[in-house]
Amino acid sequence: MFDWGLVEWSRAQFALTALYHWLFVPFTLGITYMLAIMFTIYYVTGSDFWKKLTRFWARIFAVNFAIGVATGIILEFEFGTNWSNYSWFVGDIFGAPLVVEGLSAFFLETTFLAVLLLGWDRVSRGFQLFSAWMVAVGGSLSAIWILVANAWMQHPTGMQFNPDTMRNEMVDFWAVLGNPTAIVKILHTLTTSFALAAVVVIGISSWYLLKGREKKFAYQSIRIASIFGFFSILMGVYIGDLAGKDVAKYQPMKVAAMEGLYHGSTEAPFTPVAWFGPQQTDGTREVYAPLEIPGVLSWLLAGDSREFVPGIYDLLYGNTEHGIVGAKDRIASGKIALQSLQQYKDAKKSGDTILADQSLALFRQHEGDMGYGYFDENNLGELVPSVPFLFWAFRYMVALGFFLMFYMAYAYWLARRETLEQYPFLLKFALFMIPATYLGSELGWAVAEVGRQPWLVYHVLPTKVGVSAASVGTVRTIFFGFLTIFTLLLIAALRIAIHEIQEGPKIDEKDTRPKQGSDDEEMGQLVRETRATSLDAEVALDPVPPVTKDISAKKAPSPKKTPTKKSTSKAITPVKKAPTKKTASKKTPPKKTV
Amino acid sequence: MFETLSTLALQHYLYFVVASIGAILVFMLYVQGGQALAILLSRNEAEKSEMLNTVGKRYEITFTSLVVFGGSFFAIFPLFYSTSFGGAYFVWFALLFLFIVEGVSFKYRHKVSNFLGARTYEMFLLLNGIGAPLLIGVAVATFFTGGNFTINRANLIGSQAVSAWNSPWHGLEALWNPIQSAWATNIAFGLAVVLLTTILASLNIIKNVIDPVLIQRVRRYLVPATICFLLAFLFFLSRLLTIDGFAYDALGTVFMEPYKYLHNMLALPMVSITFLIGVVLVLVGIVLGYFWTYRRSFWIAGLGTFLVALTLLLLAGYNNTAFYPSLSDLQSSLTIVNASSSRYTLIAISYATLLAPIVLAYVAYVWNTLRDDGISQDFVKKNVGDLY
Repeated sequence: MFDWGLVEWSRAQFALTALYHWLFVPFTLGITYMLAIMFTIYYVTGSDFWKKLTRFWARIFAVNFAIGVATGIILEFEFGTNWSNYSWFVGDIFGAPLVVEGLSAFFLETTFLAVLLLGWDRVSRGFQLFSAWMVAVGGSLSAIWILVANAWMQHPTGMQFNPDTMRNEMVDFWAVLGNPTAIVKILHTLTTSFALAAVVVIGISSWYLLKGREKKFAYQSIRIASIFGFFSILMGVYIGDLAGKDVAKYQPMKVAAMEGLYHGSTEAPFTPVAWFGPQQTDGTREVYAPLEIPGVLSWLLAGDSREFVPGIYDLLYGNTEHGIVGAKDRIASGKIALQSLQQYKDAKKSGDTILADQSLALFRQHEGDMGYGYFDENNLGELVPSVPFLFWAFRYMVALGFFLMFYMAYAYWLARRETLEQYPFLLKFALFMIPATYLGSELGWAVAEVGRQPWLVYHVLPTKVGVSAASVGTVRTIFFGFLTIFTLLLIAALRIAIHEIQEGPKIDEKDTRPKQGSDDEEMGQLVRETRATSLDAEVALDPVPPVTKDISAKKAPSPKKTPTKKSTSKAITPVKKAPTKKTASKKTPPKKTV
Repeated sequence: MFETLSTLALQHYLYFVVASIGAILVFMLYVQGGQALAILLSRNEAEKSEMLNTVGKRYEITFTSLVVFGGSFFAIFPLFYSTSFGGAYFVWFALLFLFIVEGVSFKYRHKVSNFLGARTYEMFLLLNGIGAPLLIGVAVATFFTGGNFTINRANLIGSQAVSAWNSPWHGLEALWNPIQSAWATNIAFGLAVVLLTTILASLNIIKNVIDPVLIQRVRRYLVPATICFLLAFLFFLSRLLTIDGFAYDALGTVFMEPYKYLHNMLALPMVSITFLIGVVLVLVGIVLGYFWTYRRSFWIAGLGTFLVALTLLLLAGYNNTAFYPSLSDLQSSLTIVNASSSRYTLIAISYATLLAPIVLAYVAYVWNTLRDDGISQDFVKKNVGDLY
């Protein structure tokens, strides 16, 4: 590990940040919708039970969100710090989704988050409900733009290389936005993230049942989470199938590696399990597959068991029968592209326009293979991503996806009958499912990103070309620095979350009637008292004689102008059974205690 | 709509947008100032909580401004993004580290079982409160004083880095460099930003807190802070107006021009007037806050801060000025022309900027809705579960 070069350490640093960040993102994406649903129920019923339930999950979400944002901010800047060539080479395209994400989604999410988390008894329930939905929508929108950018790296569209600026430039924004890879990636990522959040809610709720606490809270939470999770994972699995077909179409090497398929064929077999020997420099490898089911892979990827699915060797060495140009030939073509590009630059510099035009014409013929020109034809193994990792990670993810469908349905069934407590093993299993699902989620990302190697932008920019001119020691030091701080903060986040869970929502399960806004009144009274008190004290203590002091803003506020008043009246409004309270609070004058 | 604009006009428009986001970020750094004040000025836990909760509920907006500022540079001026972040990475990583610990510190400080202890999180808040404005100030100052980098786009053909940083300190030399005197200018501006953020935070505390003892203490702090701020800022300004600047001609050739930024002031009267208005507003805000504890003084000084930061960034890039000069190779200096994205991308992003008024509108609405004009010790005690 410590013999790694700059590219490996740079990848490790980015992967570390991404993996930590991804520990928090999927839960955020899913819990925000469940919070919005719970808040909606609270809004409709006015029940104190639903308020406390929503508030509890909001507290867990807040712990998760804080560290999620902190790790996310680094990712954006690491494109520049670790991958400066990449930032220049594709920044014209990749940067646009990021800036739109910041403007359209991140602001939405973080602005309304403050209302959701801090607005209890300060803003009206209706506005807080609106904010809860805005946080959910903002989170998803944010993910959508990030995934548009990521999908472009998997399947670049809507751009053209400019030999004068030496970068790729966007020529069709809608092609970038409507990239088919982006669409399936967005749907798959969102739905599976929703499912992960549901697993966490079910797991935590099961812990309460295991401890014999907060039963009503736990059952209601499991019901919501299991329904939400079931439909999410149903969609997730279906979209996952479409994503597989998309990858087969645009990233055949990734699919071949995921399936451990070295020799392409019609009626390509599905291999449930396999063992792999070490890879040679020419990309060859021994594979031991005890069981192969003929035709299934062809059927899964192309909808027809007689379809040809290319294997790793076909992609490396070519297959004339099926019209596949091998990497070996593309490397030769790519080297011509790079040479003609250099010739073009030199000719332009020396003012030789004829040579420049000829060089440019030759470059355009080989432009599509330019990225391959950076590889060595004697080291074709460099073009194959890690087959054993992809093979097993992909299987884990798929198996988990299918299992979660049954898990969610069963959880709902038992929660509906309120018989879960009779199965302590299942409750413990629900706890176990939390890390198991997180692992699946992380592996899902890893399959997408490791499977893209050795490319930063598929078939356009090799990873080794995109790296910054940093020293190995520096990147390694920063890697361990981040590893330390992330781990410390993760431990802190887990401990806080565990403490919050142990504390629980503190719901009096017998009392589910709407609470008559007593918190609001108490708060209003408190603020009125403290403001009035401090005004008098301030006047007494102020050593500087006021000339035109803004007393109007400092004195005890009139009920109409204070935010407290606003929250008081609005919070009470939906509770139709308590009109007397509303009237009473309106008539109560600000009380001075000094 | 934007298609009718020339590429140069688009570049100027989007540089203005980036400068505006940068100026919002500088204004929002008052949150950092509040963190520093909370740790340094408070005498007990209750006061600390009052001050942290005064600024804490806005920290996400500072975060978001930083993200959008970085994202905007990536999209609009990718060569700056690639060169500065890929070269001066010690400074950027230090800044990132400070922002990682800030967010969690607000959220975790008061939580039971927070593992590192409240003191550690408070130390993080202090580090971020002073370090982040300092580093951002120094980074902005390098827009005038330059960095040690070279650029060769053709390096890509040979699999070499397009941008190379020619100092082993990778950006830290902007803080201390005995060979190049620019570091003093950078530090002066960094300190001015640190002090200004604490001044804004003081005014914000005067606006929101109702504890008279605390308000008195904050007011007393305003005097030395303002004097130090003025000293640092005037030093920076005097250097700025007298140093040679990095200009470029119609062919894009960069050359040194004596008194370049003074010339920019004279050539861009709207920018100069706005700058002066900004300076006056900052001072008026401070005076109103100190003498009359005028609650809107925060907004007056805040608007002034925004205008000063905006116009300084405009002075760095407008009027044929290289906004990121290279000290290693003059012709590697970055201008809004040679560092920008393609025309197509600029048009696409220009359309995206039409979202900005909507974003500003709902941020303002939520800001107003969540304002706490009466933060007191009792208020903090009452809301301990939900506050910072």
